[in-house]
Amino acid sequence: METVTQTIQSVPLNHYILFSTVIFAIGVMGVLIRRNAIVIFMSIELMLNAINLLLTAFSAYRGDAAGQVFVFFIMALAAAEVAVGLAIIVMVFRNTQSVDINVLNRLKW
Amino acid sequence: MGLSLFYFVAFLSVFFALLVIFSKNPVHSVLYLIVTFFTFTIHYILLNAQFLAVVNFIVYMGAIMVLFLFVLMLLNLNKETEPMKSNLLKVAGVIAGMCLLVTIAGSVKALDVSDPLVLKDPGIGLVKNLGKVLFSDFLLPFEISSILLLTAMVGAVLLAKRDTKHA
Repeated sequence: METVTQTIQSVPLNHYILFSTVIFAIGVMGVLIRRNAIVIFMSIELMLNAINLLLTAFSAYRGDAAGQVFVFFIMALAAAEVAVGLAIIVMVFRNTQSVDINVLNRLKW
Repeated sequence: MGLSLFYFVAFLSVFFALLVIFSKNPVHSVLYLIVTFFTFTIHYILLNAQFLAVVNFIVYMGAIMVLFLFVLMLLNLNKETEPMKSNLLKVAGVIAGMCLLVTIAGSVKALDVSDPLVLKDPGIGLVKNLGKVLFSDFLLPFEISSILLLTAMVGAVLLAKRDTKHA
């Protein structure tokens, strides 16, 4: 285990922030360019994971365990969100025979 | 070797995350997302957050991804039924995402923090340590999150159940 902890010693914190930003931006792009509701959900999962990794990196950087506990709570929240969201998608599919979010455009007004 | 391992795994994460949003077939998207989450697990191991690595492996790659695959299988989606946006909207979406990326990257550059990440306390992410913090400082949020999960379970069952009265 010692060798694993040694490997990370030299990575600057900036690179973790940039990496998480890239993943988060990919998630935002996924939400913007796709119309399949399930793929949009997956993009949201990507964004949540980027935040999780950043919180873990900050927690390791500061030497404070609270950050990793927050990640634990975010994971619990993501599990709840996915369960309810996928149930909603299944219901939408049952009513409209598609998972295209443009079918739901009446929600706009 | 130490530095390049992080960059290699980071490259893999970005590559598979891009494949998730750009692959036409939703089933391929889910499979690429599983690989992306696996690379995140490697990141957690590199940060010596062993508890989070295991939880990420079990909860995300196990439970959540099985849920996604199960719903995809249930709905019988494939490449032919996949709704696509027009190219103009796609380009606009990519540009908007890049704008967000550039803005955050620019503000990070302005912060000018580039200390190397040193694990001050390598035992911080171990189960023993996290358990102590979770059950002392964060006991109330922990109990509330159990109510959240119960609510989500009841809500999911209620939503997915067929309405027998009206149908």
